[in-house]
Amino acid sequence: MTAPHNALTHLKALESESIEIFREVAASFERPVMMYSIGKDSSVLLHLARKAFFPSRIPFPLLHIDTTWKFKEMIAFRNRMAEEHGFELLVHTNPEGLAAGVNPFDHGSARFTDIMKTQALRQALNAGKYDAAIGGARRDEEKSRAKERIFSHRNAQHAWDPKNQRPELWRIFNTRLAPGESMRVFPISNWTELDIWTYIYSEQIEIPPLYFARSRPVVDRSNTLIMIDDDRFRFEPGEQPRDEVVRFRTLGDYPLTGAIRSDAGDLPSIIMEMQASRTSEREGRLIDSDSVGSMEKKKQEGYF
Amino acid sequence: MSATSPLATADTDLELWLKQQTDKSLLRFLTCGSVDDGKSTLIGRLLYDSQLILDDQLASLRKESRNRMVGDEGIDFSLLVDGLAAEREQGITIDVAYRFFSTDKRKFIVADTPGHEQYTRNMATGASNADLALVLVDARKGLLTQTRRHSFILSLIGVKHVVLVINKIDLVDYSQQVFDNIEAAYRTFAEPLGFKTLEAIPVSALRGDNMLRPSDNTPWYAGPQLVPYLETIAVGEDRTLAPLRFPVQWVNRPNLDFRGFSGTLTAGIATIGDEVLVAASRKPAKITRIVTMDGDQNRAIAGEAVTLVLDREVDISRGDVLTHPGATPEFSNQFQARIIWMHEDPAFHGRSYLLKIGSQVVPATITSIKFRTNVNTLEHTAATKLDLNEVGTVTIATDKPIAFDSYITGGQTGAFILIDRMSNATLGAGVIDFGLRRAQNLSYQNFDVNRQVRAIAKGQEAHIVWFTGLSGSGKSTVANLIEKRLTAEGKHAYILDGDNVRHGLNKDLGFTDADRVENIRRVGEVARLMADAGLVVFVSFISPFRNERNIARQIAGDVKFTEVYVDTPLEICEARDPKGLYARARRGEIKNFTGIDSPFEAPEHAEIILHGAEYEPAELADQLYARLF
Repeated sequence: MTAPHNALTHLKALESESIEIFREVAASFERPVMMYSIGKDSSVLLHLARKAFFPSRIPFPLLHIDTTWKFKEMIAFRNRMAEEHGFELLVHTNPEGLAAGVNPFDHGSARFTDIMKTQALRQALNAGKYDAAIGGARRDEEKSRAKERIFSHRNAQHAWDPKNQRPELWRIFNTRLAPGESMRVFPISNWTELDIWTYIYSEQIEIPPLYFARSRPVVDRSNTLIMIDDDRFRFEPGEQPRDEVVRFRTLGDYPLTGAIRSDAGDLPSIIMEMQASRTSEREGRLIDSDSVGSMEKKKQEGYF
Repeated sequence: MSATSPLATADTDLELWLKQQTDKSLLRFLTCGSVDDGKSTLIGRLLYDSQLILDDQLASLRKESRNRMVGDEGIDFSLLVDGLAAEREQGITIDVAYRFFSTDKRKFIVADTPGHEQYTRNMATGASNADLALVLVDARKGLLTQTRRHSFILSLIGVKHVVLVINKIDLVDYSQQVFDNIEAAYRTFAEPLGFKTLEAIPVSALRGDNMLRPSDNTPWYAGPQLVPYLETIAVGEDRTLAPLRFPVQWVNRPNLDFRGFSGTLTAGIATIGDEVLVAASRKPAKITRIVTMDGDQNRAIAGEAVTLVLDREVDISRGDVLTHPGATPEFSNQFQARIIWMHEDPAFHGRSYLLKIGSQVVPATITSIKFRTNVNTLEHTAATKLDLNEVGTVTIATDKPIAFDSYITGGQTGAFILIDRMSNATLGAGVIDFGLRRAQNLSYQNFDVNRQVRAIAKGQEAHIVWFTGLSGSGKSTVANLIEKRLTAEGKHAYILDGDNVRHGLNKDLGFTDADRVENIRRVGEVARLMADAGLVVFVSFISPFRNERNIARQIAGDVKFTEVYVDTPLEICEARDPKGLYARARRGEIKNFTGIDSPFEAPEHAEIILHGAEYEPAELADQLYARLF
């Protein structure tokens, strides 16, 4: 049934809820920061943050953890967004990891992710003394996220204790912290992937071009298409890049992010393709498939 | 099922399809029931039938479903929703998990909540954001204690629509008799709980009977099927019909030319030109703009997050509530509420907490526990405390007046949580029944002769010095020495001692946790009165619990308050044993003796610490005098 006259449509209801959460963060914490990972969820998050505080600017910085292995297009997009929307952009790279030349080829995805993402995030949060970090996780993404609070408490080591979560009733959020503790806040917890796409479509939110099908140089590694984004890529013997029309369903470090063959060159065709597709979004991300419950373990260790 | 229809061809009118997606309404519901009633299976089935289970998830599910009870599809549906690893190991659902699915007609957010009694708080959490509840019953077992408890919590939290899902109907041979009996019993039980709608449906979540379409196995059943019913039931209490409530969340001030108030309307409609009142100050103003990034609006309705601009400078900050004149919320510092306790540390009356309601946060005290409601039988019993998962009707006093509504009529503006002042844990949640009017008549008289005047007349400053420490640590000895010295100087002091108060004022109190709280509360009040009389008050009490000392500090209010911790190790106190109490406690003749079988929580932030093992009492008194006066 469509929404009756004096009721909000579900997208409008989700939008209002997210805006309320953003404002609660700005009003309740001394040093909030918003994680900005440049993808479609971050783009929606940015849009909602702008709405929440309009006509004021976003009253906290956006933080990007740069592993130095992101797609070049992502970095260009990030810098342009910061300029267009006038938010404060912070970029952090793990300096020890950088000095040691940590990369996905020599160190493997697990160690690379731990050093350049998880540890880097921890460094940045500690250095900034942030008491609230806003992220774009959704409850429909993964089973352990389905149970996480919107305001999710972290101890001084940034660890999540799933058995000791604060009850979260109505829309009353307990934002109080002891010194050293922090909060992770997820304003789009209740959105689904389809909500994200239909919202991007109806609000005309700009997203990085990597989501749209274009001809790109790729190699095929056991059915995962890897795009060659720069000359740091390590080819295996006999491997040759080929141009194929591909797009990305999720964005990250280019050597670890699989592209899909697709002709979807604009938003409507992406949404159409998504509705017909039969694999879930995070499948392309290698970190989840290690073992059952691996995301939960990572979160306990401080992964966002 | 009317799963979200896939786009068959590129010719499909995409615009129309997308509009249909964005215009759907949203239904939030929760599932509750006993441990083995099949909640997770039911939700898994809903997800599976709405084609939301993707190929890679199916593959991993089939793998995980080996060695488990499965239906025709070869899948244990409950695996789809039992999220946390610990839960998978124990095979039960501990926390609230949120699930999402959608049909052509509606979007659904499902809260899957646990069945065990020890997780009642999680169920209440799930219910707080739900419009409707599925109460599952195993057809073989009928109504259980849990069914009753869950239904009571639903009514407490204000869920208005209930579907009684009589599950596993296949296991009773699709018997109409069984169905009819369970439905009749439930209707009788639920009558006083005041649900607006109640529908009973016979289903088998595992096999799919009466989920999407009428089942051939239940020809006797003429009612709706579960999914179509969920798609069409009108739950939307029209919150726009209620009086305007706009809790100010954030003051929006980008520059000197713009001052707006950002928030979400919890009820009513705000229109440009409306006169509004600040609930606390009753200051009026007119709405001149309703600002959003998409442009100004002429009006905003309940649920919308907007920024209001007013026609004049009015002192408004976060926590204020804007309303229409003539339909304002209650504004008081006392009310009656029903609370559900969610923490291992019990609720005591007299203890101080932080109360958060809307965006207002104030210190608050449970002034009395009127009764506890047995969540299984609904019986009322007298109570001095509320334990984890218990529900009680209480009166609460806040340190300053707050704006609120009765939860039944006002919804969100009548709901609150209680937070521990030290650990910041969320301890409980409550819904307000009504304000207590007498609080409004009881305003404190401001005498011309006040504390300061009285103290100055005595040539001193009023002061509460609160000693804490084990029995035999030297509290009273030090207090006596320092009182003598003050008296010699012509000052006026008084010692409130554990013994002198216990023999008189508090002789009705024992040593249980609840009695200790009351003991300290009374002493705190007496100390405050004496300080108001201009005295220096020494309180010499073991006062072993941080929370109680904290209460005393709060009761003291603006009176100068110094906590003195006489830190003498237990071995030394026990060796001294001036009254022979330790020996008796060791022999078991005294119960709940601090240091022996009852804990002492050392202060974390005492203003002064005296080391009783290292100095003589006279030296300690000198040290203290030097610090205090």
